[in-house]
Amino acid sequence: MTAPPLALLAELTHRCPLRCPYCSNPTALTRPGEELDTATWSRLFVEAAELGCLQIHLSGGEPTARRDILDLVRAASEAGLYTNLITSGVLLNGTRLDALAAAGLDHVQLSVQDAEPASADRIGGYRGGHAKKLDFARLVTAAGLPLTLNAVVHRQNLDRLPAMIDLALALGAGRLEVAHVQYYGWALANRDALMPTRTQLDAATAAVEAARIAHRGRLVIDYVVPDYYATRPKSCMGGWGQRFLAVSPAGRILPCHAAESLPGFDFPDARTTTLRAAWEASEAFNRFRGTGWMPAPCQGCARAEQDWGGCRCQAFALTGDAAATDPACALSPHHALLAEALDASDRAGEGFTYREPARLPPALPVPPLG
Amino acid sequence: MSPETVPKLARGMKLREDKARAQWVVLGPERMFVPDEIALEIIRLLDGSRSLAAIADELASRYAAPREEILADITSLLDDLAAKGVVTA
Repeated sequence: MTAPPLALLAELTHRCPLRCPYCSNPTALTRPGEELDTATWSRLFVEAAELGCLQIHLSGGEPTARRDILDLVRAASEAGLYTNLITSGVLLNGTRLDALAAAGLDHVQLSVQDAEPASADRIGGYRGGHAKKLDFARLVTAAGLPLTLNAVVHRQNLDRLPAMIDLALALGAGRLEVAHVQYYGWALANRDALMPTRTQLDAATAAVEAARIAHRGRLVIDYVVPDYYATRPKSCMGGWGQRFLAVSPAGRILPCHAAESLPGFDFPDARTTTLRAAWEASEAFNRFRGTGWMPAPCQGCARAEQDWGGCRCQAFALTGDAAATDPACALSPHHALLAEALDASDRAGEGFTYREPARLPPALPVPPLG
Repeated sequence: MSPETVPKLARGMKLREDKARAQWVVLGPERMFVPDEIALEIIRLLDGSRSLAAIADELASRYAAPREEILADITSLLDDLAAKGVVTA
């Protein structure tokens, strides 16, 4: 019997006013006309709750770009799911936010690109975005909703992590996610411009440890050392098909939001397959579930059921084999690839390939916004 | 926390029944706590008006246990939940 999932990540749309060069969406973005409709999403939310999901993350793209976001929040809440909105915050005004709260929204996670406005706007590729985000954060707390600030960090903003921690406190966030960029898709195309240095990383880790003690009981800080400086891989998604499932804007049911980057899969279609059938019986969810699929050195490793072999998307992106041990592991025969990437990024510039629907495959870096 | 403190679930924390796993859970932003039987009973008594002392009175009347011992136990449990951001004073 397969244990049920804990959470559903619903990527409602790939539309987004921001153009962050580390976006976790696939490089092949879904067009608005291909998105699932309100009724289908609402059915999936009920199926998720019946399957055992406790939480739902309404994400994108920018989820509030959906005109039916109010109906979708209500449907998720009525299904009994703890409803979390993952947003850039630039499209919502106070009236609309209050309506979302009244519809049952439980929590808001707001992204910030930096603590310094000009840099934040350049990284997000959206002029004036940072100021809008600060206004939005104040609306969230004024509406009585709990706020998490999500700061994606990399070489071009990591030095300002202490200022981002101060920003989280000033905005009344109860939680701060300090998320190092994960290098797949868009971020992999921008890896040289984003990879932090060891000195930056050590300073950031020390800043987080000090802030956790200083703000204990007031601000929870989630922080994980990035793969490229790790010696053991992260437990990606808590194991393939073990705790989470995601649904893409076009309705593909996925073990993780990046799984469509893997070749040779037929991911179940939510228009014709139930979440339960996908979770329990599909070949895609079963392929890397558990430990039976593992190659050496994962097979028999004492940590096999701790990190579950690491990340399949990273294994594929770096080795060409989705079933390989994640190269983040020092025991992987490909571990040297990470050191080589760090070395290359040391000599690289700061220009980005922005995330844009027309930019496929990733083109040459563009100069910073003026 | 002192006996006069009136604790409540922190903003964003919700007690929900988890039918698929036959348990009760406290859900928060990207987090989840599974309280044991005793913690669950205490969390159910957090109504925003009961003080720690009142919770101890209630539990002492339900169980044949010394009130002072109960008060010490719930104070330590709630202090722990407060540090985790689940409960606020």
